[in-house]
Amino acid sequence: MNTEILGVIFMYLAMVGLAIPLGKYIAKVFKGEKTWLDFMAPLERLIYKLSGIDPTREMNWKQHLKAMLTISVIWLFYAFFCLIFQGHLPLNPDHNPGQTPDLAFNTALSFLTNTNMQDYSGESGVTYYTQVFVLMFFQFVSAATGIAAMMVVVKAMKDKVTDKLGNFWDFLVKSVTRILLPLSFVVAVILAFNGTPTSYKGKDTVIGLQGDTVHVSRGPAAAMIGIKQMGTNGGGWFGTNSAHPLENPNYLANMVENISIVLIPIALVFALGYYLNKKKLAWVIFGVMTVGFMSMLIPSIRAEIGGNPAIAHLGISQPGGSMEGKEVRFGAAASAYWGITTTVTSNGSVNAMHDSMMPISGIGQMFDMMINAFYGGVGVGYLNFYVFIIIAVFISGLMVGRTPEFMGRKIEAREMKIASLIALLHPFLILVGTSVASWVLVNYPNINWATKPSAWLNNPGFHGFSEMLYQFSSASANNGSGYAGLTANNIFWNFGTGLVIFLARFLPIIGPVAIAGILANKKFIPESAGTLKTDTVTFGIMIFAVIIIVAALSFFPALTLGPIAEHVSIK
Amino acid sequence: MKTYLLPSIKITVVLLVLLSGLYPLVIAGIGKFTPGQGDGVTVTYKGRVVGYANIGQKFTKDQYFWSRPSAANYQADAGAGSNKGPSNPDYLKGVEKLIDTFMVHNPTVKRGEIPAELVTSSGSGLDPDLSPAGAGVQVARIAKVRNLPAAQVEKIIADNTEGPVLGLFGPSKVNVLKMNVALDELKK
Repeated sequence: MNTEILGVIFMYLAMVGLAIPLGKYIAKVFKGEKTWLDFMAPLERLIYKLSGIDPTREMNWKQHLKAMLTISVIWLFYAFFCLIFQGHLPLNPDHNPGQTPDLAFNTALSFLTNTNMQDYSGESGVTYYTQVFVLMFFQFVSAATGIAAMMVVVKAMKDKVTDKLGNFWDFLVKSVTRILLPLSFVVAVILAFNGTPTSYKGKDTVIGLQGDTVHVSRGPAAAMIGIKQMGTNGGGWFGTNSAHPLENPNYLANMVENISIVLIPIALVFALGYYLNKKKLAWVIFGVMTVGFMSMLIPSIRAEIGGNPAIAHLGISQPGGSMEGKEVRFGAAASAYWGITTTVTSNGSVNAMHDSMMPISGIGQMFDMMINAFYGGVGVGYLNFYVFIIIAVFISGLMVGRTPEFMGRKIEAREMKIASLIALLHPFLILVGTSVASWVLVNYPNINWATKPSAWLNNPGFHGFSEMLYQFSSASANNGSGYAGLTANNIFWNFGTGLVIFLARFLPIIGPVAIAGILANKKFIPESAGTLKTDTVTFGIMIFAVIIIVAALSFFPALTLGPIAEHVSIK
Repeated sequence: MKTYLLPSIKITVVLLVLLSGLYPLVIAGIGKFTPGQGDGVTVTYKGRVVGYANIGQKFTKDQYFWSRPSAANYQADAGAGSNKGPSNPDYLKGVEKLIDTFMVHNPTVKRGEIPAELVTSSGSGLDPDLSPAGAGVQVARIAKVRNLPAAQVEKIIADNTEGPVLGLFGPSKVNVLKMNVALDELKK
């Protein structure tokens, strides 16, 4: 078997092999059991003491949401201010200027929400201060917020009738000190030894062998790349993200980074099983997610290895597959694998330019983000899946004539309404966003804006439409990857996607947390013969069907106009 | 809201010190012990730094191995891919032009032997590598210009080729800058 395919298989197996023990560990952390990282406890106590927090004070679901929203507002203002005035702040060896208000709006929201869509380039659009003290900081805390939100939902499922759902600050801090920081540290050190820069020195100027002068951007990138992958953030130090040879120096580094992308999302699924003592349910969820993942992955790898038929037409050879936008050190298979893993999770980092990939890969990547629940993001991915579970329980309950119950609680009209609204919000944001953009582009291509709509797209025809569809899918899925040909740093796109990013983060957290909080207050009904079993293969198929029906019906027409049409027409 | 405001501000400051202050400093400290001391690994020729090992350079002269085409013109402070879609007609015309240029400079190479990487641009615009095949089709040209036996040029490729990780995972690659330094070193 060829070494490129072998590399991909190894990455997947290694990831699952690490995710299972990590899941067990995470469950222990939140149960408060002993772990080998207990030496962090004094540090945590110091953090609580300095912040004046009592981590043992239990909160109900509304108090959790209030704490989360309050701190999010503070973070947002802090980021916005820093990004605009970064030109005057310290740690700016390359003398980069401040961001425009619309770009700062987009960047601040994008990193606050774990999205990491980057309408700027890391080399010129931010400073070392904003990279490290704003963006990287958000990469930690936004992921920790996601885990905290998930823990509220999981805890609500565990206990019998209760109001006490743990402490938000405790979840937040422990996610950082026990999970995200140690894992990011390991990745950062591995990258440093493979050639990723770690020092704070600015640009270097060298004269190359052929006599050309080159300026080489550098900076403390390794630290950020660790958390960028572990926290399903995806925002890179350099503009071309993990395609950049300093950000992702070789195939070994690529394997480590790519395993990190999917590691915590899958570990959290297993953590749920260990925490609730429902291992079978965890395997059902993992199984459904894996079937979805594989059905996107295999066609994409085949298409990229097979090469571009239009290039084959020119009479040259494609021994390495389609190479436009890809790096030689990774090859076509590992680029396709990254493309699917980064979109099934809400990561969004790239090691090859998605804009230049085959339309089959485009279908997979966009569909991943449209479904947004196969593996999902750190914490939040599971919340999306939770919504689908609630809907599946309700529908299958009606189909077989049993009371719809999940984890011993009746699902009634109120929860169902919230779940449906959340499930419909995502298609609404993507399709309305793309429609508005298309409408403006067609009707006002030369309107008097700084960036005219006619200059938005980098490619004509179906592919051009895909660029817009991808951008809104990525925004609403809080993914952050892009068809980078799109000219996105202008008021329309900065503001449009910024708004979508904001709505698509906070509503899907509030919804499931509310459902879980309401369910936790209901009477607990012990399992009986009349209960619909949720940890069976049959129910797994049911969830899969609900996901496919909701997503396929909403998105298939849009996909037809973009990547599907391109695939059919490419010769 | 007020109950949460003060703890929010305080914990933000504390976590900033830990995550944005200490963590990257510790990594930078460890970086001092890595190749390149955390500043990036450089390549020297005749005592002069001629570039970074991981950052691709523009090579267009016939006496050197050419790098892949770059949408960023190898500007290492503004890397970029072409972001051209696979079906874009203008893009395909551009590829056709690159094929023609390559054939003019390498008259002994047949069209079907040109690997796609030599006429497509990389994702970063800074790809430092070629596949061994991408270097191999340039041997005849370089040997002729430098007046070297082809075997000697092929040996440079072989010496600089890095195989898959553990011999199992990923493609083989060869660093263009290192090969070109090796070529210049033959002149001594």
